[in-house]
Amino acid sequence: MNLRGESCNLIITGVGGQGNVLSSQLIGQALVSQGYFVTIGETYGASQRGGSVMSHIRISRQKQLSPLIPKGKADVVLALEPVEALRVLTAYGNPGTVALVNTRPIYPVDVTAGNEEYPPEEEMKKSLESLSHKVYYLPATDQAMEMSSPILGNMIMIGALLELQLLPLSVTQFQGILAKNFDPKRLETNLRALEEGRKNIISYPQAIP
Amino acid sequence: MSIIDLDEPGKELLLMGNEAIARGAMEAGVKVCTAYPGTPSTDIIENLAAVAKTQGIYVEWSINEKVALEVAAAASYSGMRAICAMKQNGLNVASDFLLVLNLLGIKGGLLLVTCDDPSGHSSNNEQDSRIYAKMADLPLLEPSTFQEAKEMTKWAFTLSEEIGNVCILRGVTRTSHARGNVILGPLPPPERPPAYFDKNKPWRSQPIHQKHNQLHEILARLEEIFSACPYNRYYGPSHPDLLIITCGTGWLYSQEAVEIMGLENSVGILKIGTTWPLPTRLIGEALQKTDKILFIEEVEPFLEGNVKELAADFSMEIGPKKFFGKRSRHVAPYGEMNAERVIEALVKILDMPYQARNPQYEARAKEVAQKMLPNRALGFCPGCPHRASYWAIKNALQLDNREGFATYDIGCYALARGPAGYYLLKTGGAMGTGIGLASGFGKFSTFGFDQPVVAMCGDSTFFHAAMPALVNAVYSKSNLVMVILDNSATAMTGFQSHPGVGINALGEEVTPVDIEGVCRAFGAKVEVTDPFDLEGSKQKMLQALADPEGAKVLIMRRKCAMLKPKDEKAPYQVRVQSEKCIGDDCGCHRLCTRVFKCPGLIWDQKGGKAKVDEAICIGCGVCAEICPEGAIRREETR
Repeated sequence: MNLRGESCNLIITGVGGQGNVLSSQLIGQALVSQGYFVTIGETYGASQRGGSVMSHIRISRQKQLSPLIPKGKADVVLALEPVEALRVLTAYGNPGTVALVNTRPIYPVDVTAGNEEYPPEEEMKKSLESLSHKVYYLPATDQAMEMSSPILGNMIMIGALLELQLLPLSVTQFQGILAKNFDPKRLETNLRALEEGRKNIISYPQAIP
Repeated sequence: MSIIDLDEPGKELLLMGNEAIARGAMEAGVKVCTAYPGTPSTDIIENLAAVAKTQGIYVEWSINEKVALEVAAAASYSGMRAICAMKQNGLNVASDFLLVLNLLGIKGGLLLVTCDDPSGHSSNNEQDSRIYAKMADLPLLEPSTFQEAKEMTKWAFTLSEEIGNVCILRGVTRTSHARGNVILGPLPPPERPPAYFDKNKPWRSQPIHQKHNQLHEILARLEEIFSACPYNRYYGPSHPDLLIITCGTGWLYSQEAVEIMGLENSVGILKIGTTWPLPTRLIGEALQKTDKILFIEEVEPFLEGNVKELAADFSMEIGPKKFFGKRSRHVAPYGEMNAERVIEALVKILDMPYQARNPQYEARAKEVAQKMLPNRALGFCPGCPHRASYWAIKNALQLDNREGFATYDIGCYALARGPAGYYLLKTGGAMGTGIGLASGFGKFSTFGFDQPVVAMCGDSTFFHAAMPALVNAVYSKSNLVMVILDNSATAMTGFQSHPGVGINALGEEVTPVDIEGVCRAFGAKVEVTDPFDLEGSKQKMLQALADPEGAKVLIMRRKCAMLKPKDEKAPYQVRVQSEKCIGDDCGCHRLCTRVFKCPGLIWDQKGGKAKVDEAICIGCGVCAEICPEGAIRREETR
């Protein structure tokens, strides 16, 4: 599997506590072991306190890129929360961007409090589609909760990402990195989640309600 | 084995900038590592702590940055290499000693790392620490890449020993907290000459003017060393239309901007890795290449001002130049740098057209951004004891009804500036400042001041800087309530230990310093409460507010919710009994979701009732106490 152009810009976005930072590290590690230059810019000073969290993952054959993706230059957006997908696209998206979106909303406290509105699903989908080349909607949190815990949502999303072959990284290579990072018990659940995510794409869109 | 002590020279890894710095220190044979935690610097010492025992190094979480620098200096005087890391605000604390230490000089290589936070992502300011290097006449290194962060760190120890003084390395959020490729070097053999202080060779700052003069002689030597240093390099055509002079992250952003604009043949980039003192000769040569110069750096126009000074020195040879940067406002004089900001400057200077996206897409994106993106305000985590503490304090202040307010320091609890903590915090923001300010407010009754003042403080902050101010309050008979939110951790920076928790950076058990006992010994009146006991906490708070004499300390003690083991069962199962929830008719306008604001409680739009989000709720059960209708039910899980 190869990088189509010289470089690739991936953004993983979500809300603090969704496993965003770990996801970007694992993908980054896997790509470095494949000989790529990888730069990851993270914002996680407030990651566990309800804020938006975004990791910029920049992959290049030639050189170390800067830690922040310039405006409009994201190739792929992996969103662990739908409104965060929209937020990222408005700043970093372009007509060629592919987005993978976990459909489970996490409501900001201001929405719960009634001060702000969370966009209605249909409108949000329309906007996501108007700001990207293609959007994949995945019920990752629901699937993760069925498996055991919502935290597995990130691995389900990565499974889908790898299956779509949007990165120069194979499933086997990524599984190898998981094995290096997790103890056997955690590895087993994460591998299952990864598989679940791949299945979502293999049967997409039929299996997705 | 961690990546910090992995003995595989030549191996290429993905490392965080702070890990690269820690690794560089290991490759330089560092023996003593000290810090007070502070984002974005914390991971440096945290990573070294993880290998301390196996590698035979000493690591400590010092009580504050000044003490950290003092411990590191003691190591240096004993002949060992030492690293001391801190965030930008920490350098203010350490600077008192730094500006004497530079005159004392050092023996073993001593590296001070300061990690700045442009845009203040995790800070109360965005100060540029580089000015300290100039003030202290000490060398300053600024890495641009992760590999450089490691290499420069290693080199800094050699340089420090060569000049007999402290070397400063400055990281920023996007080097320290970003990740990239790093090729490991060899680790030195763990040989250790015995540490020894030669008492026949004292270190003194006197005679001060002579020692100061020596510093300037060293700076002159450094200018030559730096002019031949590989971290300073020119990239681009021999006679560019425009020269960008940059350092740190600015180098990567500048390269990218030039590429995006397709200006590789007309714009050159001079990358500076040693920003103080500047490599004079090299700068002089670069200035001769062109007449137009743009500066790209974070945050203050430091490079900009210092290069202009050199240009004045060279003016007879190089003639007049046109400078662009923060002073000319081609670059805004604040905030974090990125490639767009460089592009913006290039567009203005070269009068070129540029569009990041087509106008149609741009208009759509703008519309969506304005209409469809709810703000995601920071708040306390589900189950956070601070939410409960502030609930009790808010209610007590309301009942007290004398326009009471709170002052604050730094930590998670400072989020109470906003809705998370009911806007209780009104001023503060430096370590120990809450109690210092309160010590003042509490003295003004003779001038007609009759509002109660509450000083908020964290447990780690208490040791760092609040103790002297509390003594001040007791000594000056100031009337105030100090609330210490003791959650058994330095939580905001990632749960580092501190003197109150009974464990040190090496993981050794130590006798905890008893915050309660310390406050009593100072002469304050002390009460302790569990914030999850909302009513009891409120009552203790009311009593403290009602007491008109002296400094009252209320310790609100409960472990940070994030310290709970992941597989620990939730104490309660919480649910909203929808038949009891009266929704919008609730007298306090949805007290639970509108005011209390735990992210585990959500609003069911269709049903018009509150609801528990099971993916988020951790079952602390506190919300069951706040519902006036008793609609939130908690059941013990054990």
